[in-house]
Amino acid sequence: MATGTQTGNPYLRIANVIKKFGDFTALDDVSIEIDEGEFVCFLGPSGCGKTTLLRAIAGLELQTYGRIEQAGRDISALPPSARDFGIVFQSYALFPNLSVFRNIAYGLENRKLQKAEIDSRVHDLLELVGLTGQDDKYPAQLSGGQQQRVALARALATSPGLLLLDEPLSALDARVRVHLRHEIKDLQNRLGVTTIMVTHDQEEALTMADRIVVMNHGVIEQVGTPVAIYRNPATAFVADFIGKMNFVDGTIAGAGRVRLGDVELACDTDDLQSGVTVQVAVRPEDIVARNVAASQDNAFVATVADLEFLGSSLRVELTGKGLGDRRLIADLSVNLMRELALEPGHDVMVCIPAERIRLYAAGR
Amino acid sequence: MAEAVAIAARPVRAKLSRDDVIMRAAMVVLGLFLLAVIVLPLYFMLSKSFETYSFRFESIEFQINDGDGWGETLNALTLGESLGVITPERITTTNGGRFQATELFPDFSFRSPRLYRIRNARPDAGGFMLGGGPVFHTDWVEVTSNEFRRVQIRPALSTGLGNYVAYVNTPSLFFSVYNSLFIAVTTTVIVIGLAFFYAYALTRTCMPYKGLFRVVALIPILAPSLLPAISLVYLFGNQGVLKALLMGESIYGPIGIVIGSAFWTFPHALMILVTALSISDARLYEAAEALRTSRLRTFLTVTLPGAKYGLISAIFVVFTLVITDFGVPKVIGGQFNVLATDIYKQVIGQQNFQMGAVVSVVLLLPAVVAFVVDRIVQRKQVALLSARAVPLQPKPNRRIDIAMAFYCGAVGIVIVGMLGMAFWASLIKFWPYNLSLSLNNYNFDVMDGGGWEAYGNSIRMALYTAFFGTVIIFSGAYLVEKGRGFRFGRGLIQLLAILPMAVPGMVLGLAYIFFFNHPDNPLGFIYGTMAILVLCTITHFYTVSHLTAATALKQMDPEFEAVSASLKAPFYRTFARVTVPVCLPAILDVSIYLFVNAMTTVSAVVFLYSTDTTLASVAVLNMDDAGDIAPAAAMAMMIVYTSAGMRLLHALLTRGLQRRTQAWRTR
Ligand SMILES: Nc1ncnc2c1ncn2[C@@H]1O[C@H](COP(=O)(O)OP(=O)(O)O)[C@@H](O)[C@H]1O
Ligand SMILES: [Mg+2]
Repeated sequence: MATGTQTGNPYLRIANVIKKFGDFTALDDVSIEIDEGEFVCFLGPSGCGKTTLLRAIAGLELQTYGRIEQAGRDISALPPSARDFGIVFQSYALFPNLSVFRNIAYGLENRKLQKAEIDSRVHDLLELVGLTGQDDKYPAQLSGGQQQRVALARALATSPGLLLLDEPLSALDARVRVHLRHEIKDLQNRLGVTTIMVTHDQEEALTMADRIVVMNHGVIEQVGTPVAIYRNPATAFVADFIGKMNFVDGTIAGAGRVRLGDVELACDTDDLQSGVTVQVAVRPEDIVARNVAASQDNAFVATVADLEFLGSSLRVELTGKGLGDRRLIADLSVNLMRELALEPGHDVMVCIPAERIRLYAAGR
Repeated sequence: MAEAVAIAARPVRAKLSRDDVIMRAAMVVLGLFLLAVIVLPLYFMLSKSFETYSFRFESIEFQINDGDGWGETLNALTLGESLGVITPERITTTNGGRFQATELFPDFSFRSPRLYRIRNARPDAGGFMLGGGPVFHTDWVEVTSNEFRRVQIRPALSTGLGNYVAYVNTPSLFFSVYNSLFIAVTTTVIVIGLAFFYAYALTRTCMPYKGLFRVVALIPILAPSLLPAISLVYLFGNQGVLKALLMGESIYGPIGIVIGSAFWTFPHALMILVTALSISDARLYEAAEALRTSRLRTFLTVTLPGAKYGLISAIFVVFTLVITDFGVPKVIGGQFNVLATDIYKQVIGQQNFQMGAVVSVVLLLPAVVAFVVDRIVQRKQVALLSARAVPLQPKPNRRIDIAMAFYCGAVGIVIVGMLGMAFWASLIKFWPYNLSLSLNNYNFDVMDGGGWEAYGNSIRMALYTAFFGTVIIFSGAYLVEKGRGFRFGRGLIQLLAILPMAVPGMVLGLAYIFFFNHPDNPLGFIYGTMAILVLCTITHFYTVSHLTAATALKQMDPEFEAVSASLKAPFYRTFARVTVPVCLPAILDVSIYLFVNAMTTVSAVVFLYSTDTTLASVAVLNMDDAGDIAPAAAMAMMIVYTSAGMRLLHALLTRGLQRRTQAWRTR
């Protein structure tokens, strides 16, 4: 599986990596290429192997098979201390008995630097992460967000070529998390350090990453930019995992046509044969209800089964009529709802633009 | 694709960093150390127990020359049997057994001009002693009558179950198994009962003076197990103050052993039970209360099952401590033999090392069973601990609180009374005739047993043990817990570290004799020195120390090592700058534990001390043996003072440390 989208020499090349824990395969033939300066997120449900892959890159967990190259150097079998990376763990792993200053200086003290050099470097880093003046505090005296920044500063102190972040934000409360997302992204932009972040939070991945690697059960499902992954999920898993998605059963009715009960819709059917059953996937926000005429392409009538108020929008459950007992969720703006004056039991004319319909193999 | 397949076919093999190499080398050294201090000695002891010695009379031959040439060849067995001097009982013997050749010739006279020839007909026959030394070759040796009187037939070595058969068939020895079991079971029942309610009072009631009761209950830990036995002699012995209470029964025997054992094992049971009762879940009690369950029913249906694992663990710990203890039965056992004293008697009294080894193996069995059960239970209890439980806040209940205070008070008075008796006895001039006080009994130098030098040796031994033991054990636990890769080696070391707990002190001490005193052992030079005492004591108390250290290390973030590797810091730097400072409280705990145990232990070292390295605890034993019981009490009290002083110092150090490190400790 070739998943690198870039040309030329990638900064990090992971080729056919397999990791087994006994009989269990945690990573199954994983290959990715990452360019210098990129911010890549490993995204997937818990237990899918993200951390294992990150630890393989760091040398903390040796892959069973496969090759890893960094900056053109084969690092597959090297111990962590012979690789070039900085790492931040979910727990931060700050040394509790060392002050903030000592924590950040820890990696510098091994490099035979002058004390003054270390001082100035640590103070630069403290400024960079917005913790100026906190040198003498101990980790336990800092808030979670501050500890996170110290861990980041410590990882960056030695100017590593690769920054590895394992769920760095998941131990923080929601508001701090959103704030830190921007800070980390901003910092990464400024420093231009190649960064890999592991997360199970799709929002985090979508807002921060240049590219997302979606993983499931130890395999890569899709690699792409946030927009590409959201717009064109390559597999039903990705479609389901990222954002909200309707899945209904359908049958190919001919070239470019799919049938949902009595409703026939135009869409890209690729080279699927007529009569094949498929899963039809539509995002709730792609169902249009404003000024839809019956003559329009892909227009059909459905009954409102339920309404759920979400603040700025309403979640409408559509069923009945031509759909039979299939159910579709549509996100409609409050404004539009007022115009249409919809209530449960009402019928409504909707349409789904052909290019917004995606088909996946049935029986997932 | 072809290239990918080729890569996939070859597993990746880790390149080792300098850290990995150093750690692996350290692990190999530690593994060899553990091999030498526990595995090999046990192996030597086990093989010793299968060694039997018997005379091979059928292979010893004689010829006689009365001046008229050599006569026919005489066989020793035929000769001896016809004379009735060789019976089946005389054929089996020990390695020191000798058979006087002249016994086979009733008309022997050393002045006679008769010449003798003697021959070891088979090379494996054991040979004979002749003037200068043993003869093993198979040629005839010619001697005069005068020389012949010094000819002794030696036994030959063979391996087999002979010693075990002999053991089972010797009622005086085999009966000790029943005695030991009887004592251990009785004591366990009593101690667990007493300690459970004491622990219950400490954890589940609002009894006053809890802190005081807690401290009082731990006093026995500071004393060697010999001390309660000595106190019992003063209290209930032939001239005892409370002798009447026994109504004619003698304290020398099972009664004394049970009371003395109960005294010193009480705190061990209590600590386990307090832990078990502290972790119970308040929500269960709230539910019971909501259902209007009676207090007794709640106790039976909630409290007891909740403390189940703690109870099982405490039962096995006490059982093992009692059955392997040597101090109490030695002093107060009288004619009542138990396994531990049998080993001592066989080895020290009769020099029958093989039989000592057999009894050791017998003693090892219950200890190993107890050890296995305890391990299983510990694992289950850890799972229980990690569950989300709400700690129970006891509610005041006047009647129960007061009743419990009286109960704990009674137990406390017995404990303090026992210690007080030894203290008083150590200060009395001449019991029971002159009760005026003096320090004469502390004038150890005028008595046999080792004098003040023994006390000095004990202090030195305890300090060495605490220092080297802590360094070795903590480093070992670090390698096991924090090493990278090399899973097999780490698992093996973990196993070796747990093993010493199953080995009773007597058995360890005896095993050390067999291993370190073996003529071919290159480490033999430490035999009879301070070093072997220190090694033996470190090994004896290795497991608990290792587990304490491992627990502390487990509580540290597992990613410290990963972070420092990413920062290119060598592991020893992080070890020194982070691991050790963070684990310092546990390190201090380990060292005080080793110190106090090194001061009080007697069972392991009793086989290993030499005249230059007599220890205080051994001096107590020897002075008691010699009838100097008051000085023995005084020396036992010296051990108590020292242990108590060290404990106090430890408490102060820990408190100071806590204050200094408060800033970075969240809890
Ligand atoms: N050291 C290990 N031994 C055995 N199984 C492991 C080990 N580490 C991880 N696993 C298993 O590998 C799978 C992937 O784990 P991980 O990479 O931590 O998932 P996540 O994507 O949540 O970070 C999980 O099923 C986990 O149980
Ligand atoms: Mg993870």
